[in-house]
Amino acid sequence: MSSFSVTEPSARSKWFAGTLVILYALITMVPLAWIMLTGFKSPSDAISYPPKIVFEPTLEGYVNLFTTRTRQTPEFLAANPPEKWYEEIVREYDMVIAGPSKFGERFLNSVIIGFGSTFLSIFLGTLAAYAFSRFKIPLADDLLFFILSTRMMPPIAVAIPIFLMYRQLGLSDTHLGMILLYTGVNISLAVWLLKGFIDEIPLEYEEAALIDGYTRFQAFYKVVLPQAATGIASTAIFCLIFAWNEYAFAVLLTSGTAQTAPPFIPTIIGVGGLDWPAVAAGATIFLLPVMIFTILLRKHLLRGITFGAVRK
Amino acid sequence: MTDSLDTRAAAATPVRVARKIRGLSDRAIAWIFVAPTIFLLLAINIFPLIWTIRLSFTNFKANRNRDLEWVGLRNYERILGDSDIWLNMQATAHFLFWTIFFQVLIGFTLAYLINKKFKGNDLWTTIIVLPMMLSPAVVGNFWKFLYQPQIGLFNYVIAFFTGKEPSSFEMLGSVNLAPWSIVIVDTWMWTPFVMLICLAGLRSIPDYIYEAAEVDRASKLRQFFTITIPMVLPFLMLAVLFRGIENFKMFDLVVQLTGGGPGSITELTSINLKREAFEKWRTGYASAYAIILFVTVFGLASIYVKALNKVKER
Repeated sequence: MSSFSVTEPSARSKWFAGTLVILYALITMVPLAWIMLTGFKSPSDAISYPPKIVFEPTLEGYVNLFTTRTRQTPEFLAANPPEKWYEEIVREYDMVIAGPSKFGERFLNSVIIGFGSTFLSIFLGTLAAYAFSRFKIPLADDLLFFILSTRMMPPIAVAIPIFLMYRQLGLSDTHLGMILLYTGVNISLAVWLLKGFIDEIPLEYEEAALIDGYTRFQAFYKVVLPQAATGIASTAIFCLIFAWNEYAFAVLLTSGTAQTAPPFIPTIIGVGGLDWPAVAAGATIFLLPVMIFTILLRKHLLRGITFGAVRK
Repeated sequence: MTDSLDTRAAAATPVRVARKIRGLSDRAIAWIFVAPTIFLLLAINIFPLIWTIRLSFTNFKANRNRDLEWVGLRNYERILGDSDIWLNMQATAHFLFWTIFFQVLIGFTLAYLINKKFKGNDLWTTIIVLPMMLSPAVVGNFWKFLYQPQIGLFNYVIAFFTGKEPSSFEMLGSVNLAPWSIVIVDTWMWTPFVMLICLAGLRSIPDYIYEAAEVDRASKLRQFFTITIPMVLPFLMLAVLFRGIENFKMFDLVVQLTGGGPGSITELTSINLKREAFEKWRTGYASAYAIILFVTVFGLASIYVKALNKVKER
């Protein structure tokens, strides 16, 4: 029927629409492409005018991102020839590598806190969503709505009492503190989304399982969980992306041991001003996983965004 | 909805079967499942809110070790009477209005074009969506690089097309341009969100409505204004609601981009709040400020949702 349908756009309007959309997509990618390119430039190429599109690629930015360096005397440099390729790169500036920078640690913190809080949000959220979906819980809808509305608070406003509370409890600048905080922020949305997904699962499956002698608990994890897997996956992506990208709480509540990458990347400073290639390298390493993730999981993700928004 | 599920679930568990179930009753399971979430929400959401309300009536300073002193409504009076805070509110309003304006305009257009279902539209949609998945703080940080007057790509491109000197204007340093610099980056980042919601709206319109209009010989333009726009409007309004709430809270992107400057031209309310709370350490005052912001956004959102529901009913 589609070839005769009046709602099917003509070939010309398709071509026109396609050209415009592709044009927009290409323009919107320029800033991202530029940052990735800058990561492979030398500091002087990065700040040259006019901006260089063709340049000699170097891993200097990446080396500077992962190491700390010190300047040395010519005698010292002559006595200690460089051994590894990355040592040679810093030799051009009469420097030697003094040790690893904090970037690796900060990136690892992002991974631990991101996955930790996502796991906890999904674990608790699925249980609660199931209960909200299948049992009568007094005031459930009002409660959920009220809790969702607390997300209208600016994060800085929430950070004031959390800061005081964490100071009392000794949770400031700890992984556990950040995992609990991100879980607390994510869980209301997680429950809300998951309840929608579980509501869609026909009750008949569970009824059959219960009659077959399953306990309620068995029916939950043997029947409902597998059915809700897609919904759980797309909810998990949202929790992970939030925790991965979050900045306001991280910058106010962490300073060292539990600091994540977003507050750290802007503070990367080279010798004599900002080391833009190193900053760009850090941004690339940090943003790339999310971009790859988005492209691979686009179906779930795009459905999740509209589903979550339209349900609310 | 839930009622029917409950009654059916209860009916599905006959007494005979229920007795056979080893262990817990449904009621107990419900509470065990819900309790940890409720506890966490109380600890991370509700308790801090109550504590903020309490602090807002004191002159507490978190960096000093002294007793609370109750000051009644004095914090609130001082905030509402402070002309600087009204300037911050104005900066926020400017930011809100223009970001939403551009995002709706571009987002809807893109959704409309993507809905023409040209070949490969899935892939291009995903590429367009990429910016909104990224960390706003890191995005703000690298746009700062693009905005550099002499070396930045943005200035170079603008200079290339307008013939001006690339160092003759500073996006972040000039009082006239800085408010627009944050609008541009936010629009770049969040237009895809509005686009996705609009796309969901466009796809929810059943074909037969257009077919019927075609039978009635309604022109394409007329179909657009009498079918497409009214059917997408509730979705579009939802997108505006979310962008409005998010941009009212805006902190990370702008703090990295301009830090509120030059002067306090781009000092949005959240940035101002951060200064009061974590730089000047006026905890009590900042708490009152936080409550005022919360009430404002909650009030505006409630009025808006009422309007939205009216549109939906039509």
